[in-house]
Amino acid sequence: MVTVIAETSGNSLHPVTAQLVGAAGGDATVLCAGGVGAAEAAALSGVSKVISVEGDCFSSFDGGAWASAMGSLTEGRVLAASTANGREIAARIAAAKGVAVVQDVTSISGNTVSRPIYSGKAMETITISGDTILTLRPNTFPAADGGGSADVSIVNQSADVATSVNEAIAKASERLDVSDADIIISGGRGMGSIENFSHLEAIADQLGAAVGASRAVVDEWGMSHSMQVGQTGKTVNPSLYIAVGISGAIQHLAGMRSSKYIVAINKDADAPIFGVADYGIVATWEEALPALADALSNL
Amino acid sequence: MADIAVLLKQVPDTNAKIVVSDDRVDEGAVNKWSMSPYDEYALEAALTQGGSVTVITCGPDRAKKMLTDAAAVGATNLMHIVVEDLTTLDSNQISSILAAAVEKTGANVVFCGKQAADTNAGSTGPGVAEKLGAGCVTMVSELSGDASGFLALRPSASGMERVSVAAPCVIAFDKMSTELRRPNVKGIMMAKKKAIETMSIGDLGVSIGSASVSLDKQSPPAEKPAGQKFEGAESVSTVVGKLRNEAKVI
Repeated sequence: MVTVIAETSGNSLHPVTAQLVGAAGGDATVLCAGGVGAAEAAALSGVSKVISVEGDCFSSFDGGAWASAMGSLTEGRVLAASTANGREIAARIAAAKGVAVVQDVTSISGNTVSRPIYSGKAMETITISGDTILTLRPNTFPAADGGGSADVSIVNQSADVATSVNEAIAKASERLDVSDADIIISGGRGMGSIENFSHLEAIADQLGAAVGASRAVVDEWGMSHSMQVGQTGKTVNPSLYIAVGISGAIQHLAGMRSSKYIVAINKDADAPIFGVADYGIVATWEEALPALADALSNL
Repeated sequence: MADIAVLLKQVPDTNAKIVVSDDRVDEGAVNKWSMSPYDEYALEAALTQGGSVTVITCGPDRAKKMLTDAAAVGATNLMHIVVEDLTTLDSNQISSILAAAVEKTGANVVFCGKQAADTNAGSTGPGVAEKLGAGCVTMVSELSGDASGFLALRPSASGMERVSVAAPCVIAFDKMSTELRRPNVKGIMMAKKKAIETMSIGDLGVSIGSASVSLDKQSPPAEKPAGQKFEGAESVSTVVGKLRNEAKVI
């Protein structure tokens, strides 16, 4: 018996929800906050039941209220997504039930789970006992296929809401966030100046990629912290990570080393970034980026 | 002004190399221990409020230095719950211990980092909030107002949002644009004399049961096979070809 807490994105399921169901390995009950994505969840194979959890408390995100409304409906092991909201809900359900939560799990084998620590500078393997709460790192577990036809039931819940949204601020740019992107192109101090990031943005547009940055340029050039990849920024695991003018401080490597493929472009052949790169190119960005733009448009 | 409790954790400095030996991260090989970076912002935000600030940590003896560092920038009370090895406790036990410590201070506003730089979990803020029956806002990068009504900036699905929350509450901080205050000589001298209220889990009178997880081992990350390296910008088209045909990611 496994309960999956659905992760949503707008009015539909976030792709990680199918991965949670896949990791559950069958007979999963999926809880959909506010009913969002219930029909989609019911169509995933391995789902035996979908509960559309409805109530006023779901009108905006409140970790305490959401955990309270959904926690009482969980049975057995609970799986949630290792996202900001997923982690908060999981931590509160665990504390309410008096059991442990293990966050950001990257592998499960029976009662043994592993997770990265020190932002990936090390791993730890943990044995869990009883009905523990786990959050799973997105893009790590194979997604469940379609073809399911589970029943959807509706449960109305009420919960105390401690927060209210006073002001919504739209994203400054329409650009993808590094946390959501399948391809990321990041720049570091080697880019010379903040203005030169326009060259990375042009490549990002060609690839449908997000633009990231090293800690050095966020701190020194005032780039948005939301772009920062590394131990004190975001930990990312896209399919492709292109590091340009990034030497590869241990802090930065910690945030991106689990990317599936890494390309490094740096003029210093001894830069540590080449140690984690699948494809390293020793060149200046001034020469390499125009060549990259050309090669991509010729694909 | 409300009294604020700030939860701090001492971690290996983020620039420290992490060495694993005998299935455990080798603490002896850590060259520098620091206050976890997000906790520094929590402390800064608490000091900015201007009331009494009690800093609380759970950890081994070495963590006392971090409390003294916090006193040097202005923390008023220092509380240390001595736990030799934090890996023996699970998230629920840590939340119970810290919630009991917060209750002992009488504070109904708690600030902490969004996650610690060692475990990267982020379970403590919401976990403590749950134990205290308090509201919680995480990933906060700007804060205004006071305990009667904080306004906190956090990420949302469509960008950012300002969320209001009042005491009792837990606010878990992300990196902020605020400059962190640095200790002056007087602060450092005063901090050395400041008493640290030291106690055991038993002294808190909280029942934490037994851990529902146990650590089997810690290990270095899987080594990546050596990559392919090319010289010069003329190799870019070769690499793009490999990304398309070999890696199949573009």
